[in-house]
Amino acid sequence: MIHVILPQHLRTLARVDGEVLLDITGPATVNSVLDSLEARYPMLRGTIRDHKTKQRRPFIRFFACEQDVSHESTDTPLPPTVASGAEPLLIVGAMAGG
Amino acid sequence: MSTVRLLVGTRKGAFILTSDGRRKQWTVDGPHFGGWELYHLKGSPVDPDRIYASQTSSWFGQVIQRSDDGGKTWNPPGTKPEDLMGADGMPKGESNMFLYDASEKTGKPLTTHQHYDGSQRPWEFKRVWHLEPSLTDPDTVYAGVEDAAIFKSTDGGKTWHELAGLRSAKGQLWQPGAGGMCLHTILLNTGQPDRIFVAISAAGAFRSDDAGQTWRPANKGLQSKYELPDPDADVGHCVHCIAMHPSRPNVLFMQKHWDVLRSDNGGDSWHEISGNLPSDFGFPIAVHAHEPNTIYVVPIKSDSEHYPPEGKLRVYRSTVGGHEWEALTKGLPQQDCYVNILRDAMTVDQLDPCGIYFGTTGGQVYGSADGGDSWTPIVRDLPAVLSVEAQTL
Repeated sequence: MIHVILPQHLRTLARVDGEVLLDITGPATVNSVLDSLEARYPMLRGTIRDHKTKQRRPFIRFFACEQDVSHESTDTPLPPTVASGAEPLLIVGAMAGG
Repeated sequence: MSTVRLLVGTRKGAFILTSDGRRKQWTVDGPHFGGWELYHLKGSPVDPDRIYASQTSSWFGQVIQRSDDGGKTWNPPGTKPEDLMGADGMPKGESNMFLYDASEKTGKPLTTHQHYDGSQRPWEFKRVWHLEPSLTDPDTVYAGVEDAAIFKSTDGGKTWHELAGLRSAKGQLWQPGAGGMCLHTILLNTGQPDRIFVAISAAGAFRSDDAGQTWRPANKGLQSKYELPDPDADVGHCVHCIAMHPSRPNVLFMQKHWDVLRSDNGGDSWHEISGNLPSDFGFPIAVHAHEPNTIYVVPIKSDSEHYPPEGKLRVYRSTVGGHEWEALTKGLPQQDCYVNILRDAMTVDQLDPCGIYFGTTGGQVYGSADGGDSWTPIVRDLPAVLSVEAQTL
């Protein structure tokens, strides 16, 4: 079971509290996690990655085990501790301020 | 007694302001979608409880929201699993997916437009600026988007398809202005159901007479001496807003980047009616609900100084269709006011006397229940206001 932590605005949009738990068939990758996430919460389609190209939106980041994995291939296997559910995959809105 | 409901979009959420027909006491409900930009909300004329909203964010992109109970609850239309999956298990459509139509069916390739550096760039969807519900069907709604295009949904916002013929109206010559290349105005009329007017920043006004299949520029008479190398070019003018009275669909009023103009022939030609305005730069323009020759603008000092001349917030009214304007100041700040009023942020209700409303980038929403003679702030401290629409219930 993969644990996914969404940014607050996407939790509100998907109407979820806390972490999202996802069952992934096959290797746990960013792509497979997002496929599963969007299947369960279709209102999130287009908010994390482009509908068609599946490119990550510019101000979205993926963190796993204190590493920014945003720039790795989205088909790269996630760390074993994330795949096992011991550590979460964080989907984060990039910092902004003023 | 009637009720007036104002749908207010701001930089950080939506607010719904409600009053009875006296329009003296208002309740403020919100923020809805706090933290998101709400570019525009508009209710269906045939089902006022059906409201469409454009929710957008630099982080998370575009979401379309719909309420079927007058704004009490909201849902992205068509996001239930059964809405999305066909019998074959494949996705059928998504409410927030705006894909430019480059299909073989339309024969319109994904065209390019001019970019700032003179190169040609393919159209790239950024956000929905304006939602225009059909005058006859609550499930049909049009969306004006950036990069400039018009989309249509006939299933209550579940799925959208582009009316791609618009990009053929010299689209290769359009280019973004400082505010982006956005389609921000969509005008429909019940008497001429196949006629649609749209306006695009830094491209101009366009008209379709076949329900959006084909389009032609409607910019004859516009002069943009300091914005375009050819001041009366066919396209490229920065039209900020167009308004019409439903009883006179061939009479259009335009606030351009500079100049206020009027057309008496359905956009075939325009003539200037700026007259004695202190500045003819501005963003919104509105027509009185019951007097088709009474129009309202809010002069702004210049294209780089986006605030009222002399720090005085003045709505200007012409009761003769232009040229002669009077300042409406009672109840509005007449010193040290440096807010802007954006193109979709002024509207009228349908009561008699007609109510006029506008929102500012300083977060105030002002209302007048007497056709503009006097004004009161309905709410003072919202986030910057992007749009205001009135529903008369």
